[in-house]
Formats: sequence, structure tokens, C-alpha cells
Amino acid sequence: MANHERWDHCLIYKLIETGASVLDLGCGSGELLGRLVKQKQVCGQAVEADPRRVAEAICCGVDVYQKDMDRGLPEFKTGAFDYVILEKTLQVLYQPMVVMEEMLRIGKSCIVTFPNFNYREVVGTLTSTGRMPVTSSLPYQWYETPNIHLFTILDFLDWVDEHGIEIVDGYAWSNNRSWPVDLPADSREAEELLFVLQK
Amino acid sequence: MTDPLNAVTEKEKGHDLPDSPRSVGWTRPERALLADEDTPLPLDCGENLYPVTVEFETYGKLSAAKDNAVFILHALSGDAHAAGWDAEWEKHKRPWRKDRPGWWDEMIGPGKAFDASRYFVVCANLLGSCYGTTGPWETNPRTGKPYGLDFPVVTVEDWVRLHVRLQDYLGIEKFLAVAGGSLGGQQALAWAINYPDRIRSAVIMAASARIGAQGLAFNAVGREAILSDPCFHEGQYYQHEPPRCGLELARMLGHITYLSQRSMEGKFGRRFQNGTEPGYRLNKEFCVESYLEHQGRSFVQRFDANSYLYLTRAMDYYDAAGTGSGLEAACSAIKARLLLMSFSSDWLYPPEDTREVAKAMLANKKPVSYIEIPSDYGHDAFLLEADQTSPLVASFLGRCD
Repeated sequence: MANHERWDHCLIYKLIETGASVLDLGCGSGELLGRLVKQKQVCGQAVEADPRRVAEAICCGVDVYQKDMDRGLPEFKTGAFDYVILEKTLQVLYQPMVVMEEMLRIGKSCIVTFPNFNYREVVGTLTSTGRMPVTSSLPYQWYETPNIHLFTILDFLDWVDEHGIEIVDGYAWSNNRSWPVDLPADSREAEELLFVLQK
Repeated sequence: MTDPLNAVTEKEKGHDLPDSPRSVGWTRPERALLADEDTPLPLDCGENLYPVTVEFETYGKLSAAKDNAVFILHALSGDAHAAGWDAEWEKHKRPWRKDRPGWWDEMIGPGKAFDASRYFVVCANLLGSCYGTTGPWETNPRTGKPYGLDFPVVTVEDWVRLHVRLQDYLGIEKFLAVAGGSLGGQQALAWAINYPDRIRSAVIMAASARIGAQGLAFNAVGREAILSDPCFHEGQYYQHEPPRCGLELARMLGHITYLSQRSMEGKFGRRFQNGTEPGYRLNKEFCVESYLEHQGRSFVQRFDANSYLYLTRAMDYYDAAGTGSGLEAACSAIKARLLLMSFSSDWLYPPEDTREVAKAMLANKKPVSYIEIPSDYGHDAFLLEADQTSPLVASFLGRCD
């Protein structure tokens, strides 16, 4: 998927108000936060573990703190940011729930996006071929995937329920189209999901 | 680290010659009297020092708004000659400058990280050093003799206090950035904390809020080597033979701390200096020995033993956290944007120590950039990894512009 038209970037860009403070976890090369800083005057901070990406993000005009967030984020104060963003990263973390809890502590709102393993095409490929699905959202062979914690939207909702987390907003995406998600009806229709959460 | 590292030998890059479009060209040191009897420089030790002269160099042009000045901060053995070729090396008896450009020439010049076609770059020699700024080598007007050990103990904060006077002398209200590595990085941090309204950003490389016990120990042994040299004569050796052996030993020890295990293995390994067989002798047998000896010998040609004592002591004393409230409270004063760069194999200022500064910024809800650059060069990486650091510095400065 071409970076410049990432649906989650476009949506997050719309959701965040001008001048807000934003912490972007796993910022990659910093395109989204760079855009938010330049065009919406957000006060931005990014966290990224890979030094090459940290360098790219610094060159993108973003303040980046190099850190492996699986090791916790105690250096960030509670409620320090209006938004904490975690884009398609939950499934690659060793401690996804620890990071989610940290996000909800640090941010007044959290925006999280992830691929849905219950997506029709994913489940269909798995059941019809008996092999791990390779799709646009899960574009890796089993032996090279960084995804170590794959889950479905229903797994996620269970966790949200159990932890008293409020879903403020939710969007589904598939076939180059995004829409306000209707759950559980869209549980098989959504290839990727975006949620705004608060605790 | 993502990149397998292959560079283990010191870079042997061609220098940018004076006529190169990327060189600042021929340079001339300038001097300014920044403290006299009426305006002595108050020092942390309680003394008021005068007269104080500072040697400095500038490259590029100061803008009409005086908002494009970048102040470069040198480390222990550095000087004001940060870039270009010294046109006055003969006049000032500095033959070591004949065949090489300034110490950070890879980073300073038109089109380089500190782009001299865009910024007005200033670099000044430190108080207590031996390259034109007042130091223990200079004649004490009260005794008519060189200061020697009568020179007051100076601190990183004293240096910054003096350099703020240079900033005033140059008519610059705010530096666009202050930047340095090692002891220079500590000065940059001191600028950010002590003079938050005089800078807009700081680039801090291979430095931290304080040096650890291991660093203190190495500095102590280096000083001891100088003090126990029979030629030291309580620091009043200027009329005699200087304590070459002691200073040489101190420098050799220092060089070990600037390299890393991997860079030493790559550069020297266990190779013999002559041939492939042991010569069954005690002196100069392994390559690493002659390297250190060479470094020591060339250093004593250009550095003053007393300055080494004073500068390492300043390095020891610096603690951004102060004595009471801690680093987080100290960083609450900072208004500058910070770019912190550590190097993976640096064990003199280890990455985790640099990270502490970033953490203190974040705890204050202040944005910060912190990167640990993969490098095998050890502490020296801040001088040798210009290819990796240049784009970061250039982008960072561009954003602060």
C-alpha cells in the first residue's frame, strides 16, 4: 500500500484538532506526524525503535525519541498528550497490552489502528488453502512476518470491555473505502480498523 | 542494530582543500578581551578573573537580523579552529595546522551540516585551554610569571558565562544553535539550562549530564601521570622542559577511552609493529602500542600539560543535575529544542547516559530528539560519523531556522 494514500493517515489527520499535542508511537519515517506538525501546528513527539527510521523522521522535521516501547514508557507523564497514536503496531509488540495501558495513561485520547484477522479474505484464504493468508494488510510470508500477536476485532473488543475502556469513535476499512464501523456486523467486512479510545 | 557495521578502520577521507567550494577556505583567528579590571569574570570557585582574552574564529556571514549564528563548542583537546585552513599557522607557531583543516571540517562548510553559506558559524577556545584564550600558560599580570597552578579552577558553567560575553561582543542576542560533542556537548547542555533565552536549539553529541565514576577515574590517572612527571615543577615548567612524559601518558590513556573494543580490534588487532614474529622485546612490539605512542607524542607538540589538568577537572565537575534538585528540575528551565545523539559503542559517555537527558526533557513535557547512532568508533564517533550525523544536524537546524 502506497504510503501517501494510507487511509489511516488521512483519517487521523482529520480527527486531530489544530494545535493539539500528539505522541506518535512507532512513527516509522515520521510522515504523519511531520504533516500534523507542519499543517495543523500540533505539538508533536514521536517514539521509534529503529535508528534508521529515527534518522528519517528527524529529517522529516519530527522530534523523535529512540526507544523500544516494549520496555514501557515511564518517561512520559500521565495525561501529557491530547492524543497518543499507535498505527498498525499492536500486533508486532511483545507486550501489546502493556503498551495499550501506557497509551491510555499518557493520552487523553488514543488512536489505534490494526489489521483484522477475522476479515473475510483472511479467513477465506486460511480455510480454503489451509495456509497462512498473505494480503495487503498482512503482506508477509509466515517466516518473515514481524506480526507476533495477530488478533481479530472481536478479541480486541473483549479486551476493551474487560478493561473498562470507552470506544469514542471507530472506523473500518477495506477495498479502498473507509466507513464508521458497525460492530459486530462489520467484523468480517473490515480489513483494517481504527479506534479512538479513552479510559 | 539494523545496519551491519563494516567500517572499523579510521576514515581516510581526502580533506576539502582551501579552494574547494565545500571548504570555508583560509581562516584567521581573532581575539577579544572579554574581562578586564572593571568587568572581571566571576568564576564558580569564587574568584573574579581578569584580564580574559578569548580566541575565536568565524565562518560565513552574520545576517542583518543576526539570527543565523551557530556556536560550535570544542572538546578537551580542541580549539577555535573548527574548519578551514589556518592562514596564520606560522605566525602563531602552530605547525600541526599546516597539513590539516580544522577539527570539525567534515561538518562545517558550504553545503555541510553546519552550512557556512547559510549560517554564521562561531567557535571559541575554552578558558584554561592553550590556544589563544587565557589559560595557565599565560602571564599572570599580578606576578609577571605564567599562572601555572595559580590559575583558578574553572568549570563548564564558567566557560559558558564567558562565551555569553563573546555572544554579546558579536552583537548576537540568540544563537540559532549551540553544538558540540563530548565536553562540547556538555557545554551545549549547560547553555540550554543556564541561558535558556540565549539559544534557540542545542545539538548535543556523545555527551550526558555528567561523566560517571569510570570517566572520573580515567581523568584522575591522566592528571596523576602529569603531576608525577619530574619535569612538572608544580606547574612552573614554562622556562624549562615541559612534563612531556606525563602528558603523553595522559593522552595515551585518553585515546583508549575514545576508541571501542571493536574499533581497536579492527584497526590493530594483535598485529606486530614489525613483521609477523615476536621480537622478544619490551618496547613497541604491537601496532596498538605504537599508535598510542604516536598519539601521545604528537599531542605533547601541541598541548599544554597544565591545560590538560584544568580541562579534565572541569569535565569532572560538570553535573547538569546540580547538587540538589536533579536533572528533571534542571531541564525545566530549557526553552531550546534539543537534538541528542549518542553512539552505540561509546563507553566514555554511554548511550544510556545521554538518554537520561532526553528522559528529563520528556518528563517536563518538552519535545526532544534522541537517537543512538550505530557506530563502532566508540567515543570518537562524534568526529568520525559525519556521514550519519550530517543529515540529522542539517534537518534539525533547518527546522529551527
